[in-house]
Amino acid sequence: MLKIEGITKRFGGLVAVDQVSLQVNQGEIFGLIGPNGAGKTTFFNILTGIYKPDAGTIMFEEKPFRIAKSGIARTFQNIRLLKEETVLDNVALGMFGKTSSGLWAAILGLRSAKEEEAIVHTESLRLLELVGLASYEQLEAGSLSYGNQRRVEIARALVAKPKLLLLDEPTAGMNAEEVQEMTALIRKIRENGTTVILIEHNVTMVTGLCDRIAVLDHGVKIADDSPEAVISNPEVIEAYIGKVDEEGVTQHAAN
Amino acid sequence: MNLMDDMLNPYYVDIVVFLIIYLLLGLGLNLITGYAGQVSLGHAAFYGIGAYSSAILSVTYGMNPWASMGSAVVITFVISAILGLPSLRVREDFLAITTLGLGLIAQSVFKNAEITGGAYGIDSIPVPSLFGLELKNVGYLLLVVVVLLAGIFVMQKMTKSRIGRAWMTIREDEMVAQAMGINTTYYKVLVFAIGGAYAGAAGALFAHKASYISAESFGFTISVTVLSMVVLGGLGSIRGTLFGVSVLYLLPELFRLFKLDFMEMKNLDVYKMMVYGLLMVIVMRYRPKGLFGKTGFKKKKRYSAGKEAAIKGGDQVA
Repeated sequence: MLKIEGITKRFGGLVAVDQVSLQVNQGEIFGLIGPNGAGKTTFFNILTGIYKPDAGTIMFEEKPFRIAKSGIARTFQNIRLLKEETVLDNVALGMFGKTSSGLWAAILGLRSAKEEEAIVHTESLRLLELVGLASYEQLEAGSLSYGNQRRVEIARALVAKPKLLLLDEPTAGMNAEEVQEMTALIRKIRENGTTVILIEHNVTMVTGLCDRIAVLDHGVKIADDSPEAVISNPEVIEAYIGKVDEEGVTQHAAN
Repeated sequence: MNLMDDMLNPYYVDIVVFLIIYLLLGLGLNLITGYAGQVSLGHAAFYGIGAYSSAILSVTYGMNPWASMGSAVVITFVISAILGLPSLRVREDFLAITTLGLGLIAQSVFKNAEITGGAYGIDSIPVPSLFGLELKNVGYLLLVVVVLLAGIFVMQKMTKSRIGRAWMTIREDEMVAQAMGINTTYYKVLVFAIGGAYAGAAGALFAHKASYISAESFGFTISVTVLSMVVLGGLGSIRGTLFGVSVLYLLPELFRLFKLDFMEMKNLDVYKMMVYGLLMVIVMRYRPKGLFGKTGFKKKKRYSAGKEAAIKGGDQVA
């Protein structure tokens, strides 16, 4: 479904992502892990079109891709909601790429624009139902708890029915219970036919959830296999698991 | 029409006409800065481009005033789109400085170019006429009222639509806007073009009302005054703009009206700036989002964390 070949990104002299190739198949939950500074977020930003790669190609369903337009949606590592808008409006925003009414339709109040708005409204409500936030519809997004804000973000990403969902550390800053809820939600998303790629720090969660995991270290892909194979790979243990304690401590302190 | 002209004191009619011209200016700036979050300190440039376009077309090229005013709006729309291009590269305070620079350049062009009449400006700008009647005083008032109402209507429709949502998202978080597939380049240029067109309409109406224009009328002071009016009313609120512009515009006129003994009329401009300054300080201290901003009179549904907990208790969250 998603085919990435030889992606390279340099910042000055630093090679943040070095010749990474990946393939993600339809219906998979694909995990991308790696220690801090491994290039995960840079890689993710290339996938989502924020950075342009210096070399390499990304093909989505055999075509060059564009986020939102080609059915790819994302969430952010630090939740990015419009905090003063309602939960519903935030979710509705996810439909933007799917709608098309322009200036004249708005000014003249054309029926096409109104019908579009109605669809956006019902779809947004449906998604809020799915993530279990239906009764929060009219609240200001910024007033919700952290875990619920993340759900709003996921609803926003899913409302346009993307084929591929990119999650950037979906469980960052969550407690054990919230992590379990999030895992269940991601499984539910996959059952609804959306392929998922996630970046995570939480190794237990990733190995329990993903079908396949790739590991980045210093911008280079050092493993790409089933969760069991990846966590027993000596190179991965050296690069990543050795630092997991440190990670755990910093994360804990942040909570 | 002429009968009504006799009934209403033309002095008050003029005040209202110029107030409405300012309201149009404010609406345009509120769209750019309030709704789309692109700070502009060069709004007077758009105002001037509209005024000079209509003046040049009608005086130098003998165009019908209606046609020249219409063309002026189109011309400002296009030029504003071009002047909005820096917003694609620079943000916030840097954008403010850049637009400030553009405003100064525009004024200096008005003052020195041959086509704009140089320092002399352009005079004898014709008054538009309708069915053989020249639109003066009340007639002109009706014209500007119609333009203002149309402007408010269009702005309400735009800001509540999908386009308004795009602008609002760009203002709040550009990265999110991109991730949602919003073409930020297009919408930023569009907001400058439309906001500029409002100012262009205001400029054209000003030129044909004043019948004489010079570069002095389109300086930095205008940009700042309009910006403070819009900020006082509340960015991103149409009612706020209408209120803020009206208050700050009419306040100095009140001084004139009551002929206060302890003031000297010739210093009116000084008093005006003092009151503006004081008002700004007070408003920014107590209502940083403006009088009609989200924390202002028009309170949006706001829930505390406690209220969320109450709702949460009421239903089973998955």
